[in-house]
Amino acid sequence: MIRFALPLAVFVLMVGLLWRGLYLKPKEVPSPLIDKAAPEFSLSMLETPSRQLSTADMVGQVWVLNVWASWCVSCRAEHEVISELASRNLVTVVGLNYKDEPADATRWLQQFGNPYATSVIDRDGRVGIDWGVYGVPETFVIGADGVIKYKHIGPVTHESLEKKIMPVLKELLS
Amino acid sequence: MRNLLLLATFVFWVPPLQAVIETYEFESAQMEADYKKLIDELRCLVCQNQNLSASDADLARDLRRETYEMLQQGKSQQQVVEFMVERYGDFVLYRPQFKSNTYLLWLGPFLLLLVVLYLLVRRLRAASKPVEVDAAAMAEAKQLLEEKEPGK
Repeated sequence: MIRFALPLAVFVLMVGLLWRGLYLKPKEVPSPLIDKAAPEFSLSMLETPSRQLSTADMVGQVWVLNVWASWCVSCRAEHEVISELASRNLVTVVGLNYKDEPADATRWLQQFGNPYATSVIDRDGRVGIDWGVYGVPETFVIGADGVIKYKHIGPVTHESLEKKIMPVLKELLS
Repeated sequence: MRNLLLLATFVFWVPPLQAVIETYEFESAQMEADYKKLIDELRCLVCQNQNLSASDADLARDLRRETYEMLQQGKSQQQVVEFMVERYGDFVLYRPQFKSNTYLLWLGPFLLLLVVLYLLVRRLRAASKPVEVDAAAMAEAKQLLEEKEPGK
């Protein structure tokens, strides 16, 4: 009996694991920053470079940080969804303009529309590294206590906005 | 002939391929060794199956710069690794740390070896044991053999 049962059990276990492996997303590396305080930054605003925005300014409100760049193709695809989120006026959406030319970034916003309350300039990508950014676009949800609650890797779609981001926001705002 | 040789030299001489373009200057050979070790053991998150030293991705270049600058500031290898893990998680390490959720990863092969050794020993013991045969059954078998021999 064990002659057949044991190999069968091993086979079923292997198939189970491989099946699960098919649906894992190795490209989405879980961020160690979830439930940790948002890394601090103080950066110039794209619209008015003489003014700075820092993470301390955002404490007390729920906000979204969207990492974007004019050279990033999927940011263009995501732009419509981010605009939709911003138009609901639930939370402040801040853009982190990652490794971009300010002139290109400004032109990009003029061309497609500016959904951001403001965008801050991370010219050399150092703030990006602090936030564990490894691909653009990425989107973070930060609570009023300054803690990162959720990170979305890759372009936000209508589906991921409704199913992943909105529930987190609703919970934070309630 | 001589010209041909010269031509061949140019045609077949391939400059050594190098993925890392930027050159950093180090204060000491030790620091350079540390740098090389670190960028060999840290993973580039964009390409996932390349380390920082092999990757030409933008992020890999930035992380090499970060590694270099931290070493220049006198930070230890351990501090650089902690810096990366804090931001990108354990996934950046090609050599996972030994901690509670990696015990199975590190010890699993040895456990498996122990199990296989146990099974092997058990099987060998069973094989070397002399076979005991019931005397009555032996006599019966002998009788059967004698009966089957025809023509005698």
